[in-house]
Order: sequence, then C-alpha cells, then structure tokens
Amino acid sequence: MSNVVALGYLVAAVCFILALRGLSSPATARRGNLIGIAGMAVAILFTLFTLPHASLGNYLMILIGLALGGATGVVIARRIPMTAMPQLVAGFHSLVGMAAVLVAAAALYNPAEFHITTPAGAIKGASLFEMGLGAIIGAITFSGSVIAFAKLQAVMRSAPILFPQRHLINGAIAAAILLLLVAFIATESALAFWLMALLAFAIGFLLIVPIGGADMPVVISMLNSYSGWAAAGIGFTLQNPALIITGALVGSSGAILSYIMCRAMNRSFVSVILGGFGETASALADTGDRVVRPGSAEDAAFIMKNARSVIIVPGYGMAVAQAQHAVRDLMDELAEEGVDVKFAIHPVAGRMPGHMNVLLAEANVPYDVVFEMEEVNNDFQSADVAYVIGANDITNPAAKEDPQSPIYGMPVLDVDKAKAVFFVKRSMAPGYAGIDNTLFYKDNTMMLFGDAKKMTEEIVRAME
Amino acid sequence: MAEIDPTVFNLIVFVLAIFVGYYVVWSVTPALHTPLMSVTNAISSVIIVGALIATGAEGLKAASWFGFVAVVLAAVNIFGGFTVTQRMLGMYRKRD
Repeated sequence: MSNVVALGYLVAAVCFILALRGLSSPATARRGNLIGIAGMAVAILFTLFTLPHASLGNYLMILIGLALGGATGVVIARRIPMTAMPQLVAGFHSLVGMAAVLVAAAALYNPAEFHITTPAGAIKGASLFEMGLGAIIGAITFSGSVIAFAKLQAVMRSAPILFPQRHLINGAIAAAILLLLVAFIATESALAFWLMALLAFAIGFLLIVPIGGADMPVVISMLNSYSGWAAAGIGFTLQNPALIITGALVGSSGAILSYIMCRAMNRSFVSVILGGFGETASALADTGDRVVRPGSAEDAAFIMKNARSVIIVPGYGMAVAQAQHAVRDLMDELAEEGVDVKFAIHPVAGRMPGHMNVLLAEANVPYDVVFEMEEVNNDFQSADVAYVIGANDITNPAAKEDPQSPIYGMPVLDVDKAKAVFFVKRSMAPGYAGIDNTLFYKDNTMMLFGDAKKMTEEIVRAME
Repeated sequence: MAEIDPTVFNLIVFVLAIFVGYYVVWSVTPALHTPLMSVTNAISSVIIVGALIATGAEGLKAASWFGFVAVVLAAVNIFGGFTVTQRMLGMYRKRD
C-alpha cells in the first residue's frame, strides 16, 4: 500500500470520528453525517484508483456491485417506516457480518493480492489468525442479527426459546471453533476455515434465539459492537488503518450502548446473553385481588385539560400501535390549553437505544421537550398528570419498593409520584418481565383500557 | 531499536482508536442513540475496501466472486445506512 493511499485512509478515519462527534447534539448531527459520507467516498476512491491489477472488466464488475447494492440500500432507507428502525439496523448488521466473512475468504483464496504472503508464498501466521478471528466474529454477527431481525419483524416468536443443555452445547461449539482456528493457522486449510465459519454461524443463532424481545436493545447494541470488532479483525489482515480505526470506534460504540442498556435494566451483560429472562419470572406474578380503577377518555381529557403540567411516558406499545402522531396531537391540544407538556424517556423504552426519540421526532415533537430519565425524574413529584402510553416495567414502583421483585433495583421512572396517573393498556396482562405492576393499584392511578393510538385519539377528541 | 512488525503498529492504532471511540461515544446525546447505531453501521462498511481489492484482482477467481458479493452487501449498508441516518436526523427539530 503506497503512502498516499494510507494517508487517504487516515483522512477517512478522521471523518468518521467527526461524524460520531457531530451526534453530540441534534444541531450538528446532520453536518457530521455528511462528513462521514465524505470520508467513505475518500476511502472508496483512494482504493479504486490504486488497484494494481484492475482491468476495465474489474471496474465494470465493481461498478455493477456498487450500483446494485447502493440502489437497494437507498430504496430501503427511503421507504422504511420509523417504527421498523430496530429491524432495519439488525438487518444492516447482518450484512456487515457477512461482508467480513466474505472478505476474509477472499483474502484466504487470493492472499497475494492482499500482500499477506511470506516470500515462500504461504500466508503469514498473524494474518491467518486475524482473518480467522474476523470471519468468526463476522459469522456470529451475521446469524445473530438475522435472528434479531426475525424476532423484531415478528417473523419469529419474540419470546425466549430455550433449548435443553444449551450452555453445554454452546460451550462445546465455542471450544470446537477455537480448535479449528488453531488448525487453520497451522495448516492454512480452507476446509478448516469454512468449518469454523459454519460453527460460528451456528453459535450466533444459538446465542440470540433464547433472548426475549424486550432484551433486544442489549442484543442490537451487542451485535453493533461485534460488527465493529469483525471489521477491525479484517482491518488487521488488510493492514488497513481506516478499517482498524473504524472497527475500534464501532466496537466501542456498541459496547458502550450495551453497557448503558444493561445498567438501565439493572442486569449484568452475562445474564442477558445467557438469555431466558421473563420465562421464570412469571411464576412470581401475584395478582391478588386488589382492584384497579378503570377510567374513560373523557375522564382523562377533563383532568389533563385542567392540569398545569403533564408528563408523557412512551414505551414500546406506542411503536406497536403507531401512536406517535396521536401523541403529538395530544401535546398540541394540551399546549393550546396552556398545559406544560414534557416527555420522559427511559433508556430501554422500545426495542433499541433511542427508539422513542426517533418516533417522537418523526411525529414532529420538538426534541427540547423530550427528556432522559435522569433529567426528568424529579419533575414527576410536581407534575399533575403522568400519561403512560405503551410502557410498563419501566414505570413499576416494585423496582424501588419490593426486594422480592425480579426487577428490584432497576432504575424506573417515578411515575407514581405524579398527582394523577393515566395508564393506557390493552388488558391487565403483565409486562415483558412477567411481573405485576404495582402502579395499577395505586389510588392515584386510572387505567385506560384500549389501543394506545385509539385511546389517545379519543382523549384529543374529548378535549376539542 | 530493532525493526517493529507492522502488526504491532496496527495494534497501537487500534488501541488508541478504542480510546477515541470511548470518549466520543459517551458524548453522544442519548436522544441520538438510534442514529448513532445506523451511522456506525454505515461506517463499519468501510470493509468494502477489502472487497474492492478482491474484486479488482487479476483474472476471475473464487476470491473475485467473494469480493463481488461483499461489495454488494457493503454498498447496501453504506448507501442505506447514511441515507436513513440523514433521514432520521432531518426529523429532529427544536421548538419553534
């Protein structure tokens, strides 16, 4: 690789860092994204113009590949509804994983082109290790993301699916992968490479299948991280600084998001990955014979209209019911009445980090009335109304009060401190964690039974 | 000092980049965590450079086809990832 190209890759890497840096505020984020695009263009153009053996045919093939993939990507990106963003991101992760496996395979079958051969013509041991590792992580990313996609798209049941002896099986496969990696480095055998990739595909599948839907924020963040490490592994093989730096950035980004999500659920990363949460917890649900107070849209409309401040707490149910636009109408209606309206977002509300923020932004809710948990949690005690729409476990006071509760210690929104709570819910079924929400039985809580979108629309109509 | 293997230099770059990533990502506002995921997705597809090298090699070998498929997959990600990020970011507005 010539020095000029290496410097080009450095420029690309710096652009990517600036792209991430731009995301520190919505005001600078779009410019950051454009810098990221410029960085990608630099990386691709520098590579294209310095291909040592490329003929016209090669360039044609590359052009067809870029056009085919690019057009598909743009069409998908333009058409995808915002509520489907978690599955889109999972799908995109799977492509990075597969690309990593394929590039590793290409380097194995044509090592001379990648300058990783020893003078004797064999592939360097370090390169074999790096491409093997890149392929393994890439394969896990691919199959894991495919399962995450299937669960989010509801092609597959989102509840945890538990195989007997799964930890033993996973352990055995992991050991076999390591042995194959050693064999691959020693023998440079293509068979060992493909067996290793195959087993890695299997383990990605087996790891994600037992993880339930509401743990998806952690899973997606984790796969995000893996796709970065896979890219970095390939970057070492290719001796390419842009790829190494980007892989490290993406890897640490995903790892930080996983950490934030786990902390917001008060669960360890290991317990999420081992899976199965929500299956055993349901046994602990104690519905008892406490009574709930059902209310109507008119009741809610009357009280909200006369409130000074209302805090809206959205959850995954808002996405499922596509209720974000109705919520925006509610906000407008309340603002017209002179009510102070805020949104409170729990870090794990929805199916991926920041899921609720994107949906509210789509519905034109200005981002300066949308607050994170730490910023807004003290405001509940002075709020007249908390309107909980499609959220459940993240509002459960049992997490603060009941040491027996499976979610005890999880940080929750202090919804119960508001003077009145309206809780929109389809039925009395428990939330994801399978635990009863003690908020339902508080004196200041009124249950609004119905679809999140329809109920919100009815409240808006009752206010007009 | 004896000659240093390029892999060691790459390792140095890698470790420093992890630190850069750590500090940059903690400064991302939680409201933009979804665009963060979609843009990291797009930039990790810079793996396309490996695919381009494989596709651009002399003759049509197995490696060329692996490369070609990887070019297509990574291109979906690059174009799709940046487009959807830009689309999302365009929705974030301040109160008027």
